[in-house]
Amino acid sequence: MQYKMQTKNLNLHYGNKQALYNISLDVPTNKVVALIGPSGCGKSTFLKTLNRMNDLVENVHIDGDIFLDGSDIYAPDTDIVHLRKRVGMVFQRPNPFPMSIYENIAYGPRIHGISNKKQLDEIVEKSLRNAALWDEVKDRLNDSAMGMSGGQQQRLCIARVLAVEPEVILMDEPCSALDPISTMKIEELVTVLKEKYTIVMVTHNMQQAARVSDYTAFFLNGKLIEHDITDVIFTNPSNKETEDYISGRFG
Amino acid sequence: MEQQITRKAYIEELAKIQEKVVEMGIAAETACKNAIEALLNFDKNLAAEVMKNDDIIDDLLIDIEDSCILLIAKQQPIAHDLRVITTAFKISTDLERIGDHAFDIAKITCNSKKAFDFDETSIKKLSDCAVNMINMSTTAYKNADVNMAEKVCIEDDTADSLFAKTLTQIAAFNENKGISELSFISRYLERIGDHATNIAEWVIYLETAERIRKTNRLSD
Ligand SMILES: Nc1ncnc2c1ncn2[C@@H]1O[C@H](COP(=O)(O)OP(=O)(O)OP(=O)(O)O)[C@@H](O)[C@H]1O
Ligand SMILES: [Mg+2]
Repeated sequence: MQYKMQTKNLNLHYGNKQALYNISLDVPTNKVVALIGPSGCGKSTFLKTLNRMNDLVENVHIDGDIFLDGSDIYAPDTDIVHLRKRVGMVFQRPNPFPMSIYENIAYGPRIHGISNKKQLDEIVEKSLRNAALWDEVKDRLNDSAMGMSGGQQQRLCIARVLAVEPEVILMDEPCSALDPISTMKIEELVTVLKEKYTIVMVTHNMQQAARVSDYTAFFLNGKLIEHDITDVIFTNPSNKETEDYISGRFG
Repeated sequence: MEQQITRKAYIEELAKIQEKVVEMGIAAETACKNAIEALLNFDKNLAAEVMKNDDIIDDLLIDIEDSCILLIAKQQPIAHDLRVITTAFKISTDLERIGDHAFDIAKITCNSKKAFDFDETSIKKLSDCAVNMINMSTTAYKNADVNMAEKVCIEDDTADSLFAKTLTQIAAFNENKGISELSFISRYLERIGDHATNIAEWVIYLETAERIRKTNRLSD
């Protein structure tokens, strides 16, 4: 098995409050890993360590190792802009920039030095197609992204991440603000995207984890309680707390 | 706004389960046909083959059950999807029992020192009826054909009366020789008809959500 990302004995403190305890988790290449667990258990914190979004938080202290393709992303010579290009992130609430649909997508590639109009056009179309949004917006690329539906905005945010050709996509509850049909569209999209990308997805929806992921990791109070093939987690988890959580007995 | 297909993998999984049930149906029907052919021709090789192939049917059952369990655990099936899964469970169980009866018939041939001396006509009729019922019920399943499923339920009465006739004929013709074996075989064939009828009832449930009970079968 090839691992795109791995964490080894990862501990994280916010000030003197410990939020993650000794997390060792492997993320296999071209698979979907779902992170589940009750509110406050550390899912988002863990996700954000994978592309160093936590660097932005004051008083954060991290120890342990995080590898991307075998190299430590916390090594002093890491180029953080480049890291976040390789490991992109989609947030809980769709957060399009207040500009046109086209500009939302072109923004990232421009930052990474692409200015040729034809090339940008291609990137915009390809990204929107891959995010299953092209047909819905191709005739209004210059309209403001703010006028799209929530589900469309979320797919736009996914397209925006795809535009910079990442290798890993982190998603933090990408469907929590969406209706069931938009949710299903995102889920379908995730299963298609994993052919090219490696995906780590936080979800509060156990059924969503069951439907879309290949592996499921269950967090509780900052600890990784169980991590296994999703089929196993949902039919025969080895830990009692995992079973109680996924069968809705607590949380 | 154009429609976008969602849950593609799930829909494919459901279709795969149905394909496996059909495959199992073909295997069970073949097993019965061969078991009877082996009996009538006293072909021990063919009988041994039927017994050996029962493993294939048993493996298919496990495979179907596992797939159904996974989909229930992971996909929250509802409505017709849920009936696809519940009926796959039930139908595969009936098919497995049919396979067991074919095995039992083949085993009698295998264990017998010489060919049974008996009037074949009624057992042949009964077995043709039973095999035909398996064929019709699995075809009805494959084609979502409620009409055909209803015909199977009616056919069960024919199987029952053929069974009664066969028993009388065996008793009259054979006196003591092979009487218990041949009676058992007739009984297995009659049971095969019952399982085919169950399958047909599940097909009706799958397609209409209507429950058919033995007591108010269409023929009554
Ligand atoms: N910036 C921060 N400063 C201090 N503490 C924080 C910060 N962010 C998170 N925490 C704390 O760390 C713990 C884990 O929070 P985190 O957001 O990772 O949980 P979560 O599993 O994503 O929860 P939810 O499901 O509600 O999103 C919580 O106790 C939270 O209060
Ligand atoms: Mg969170």
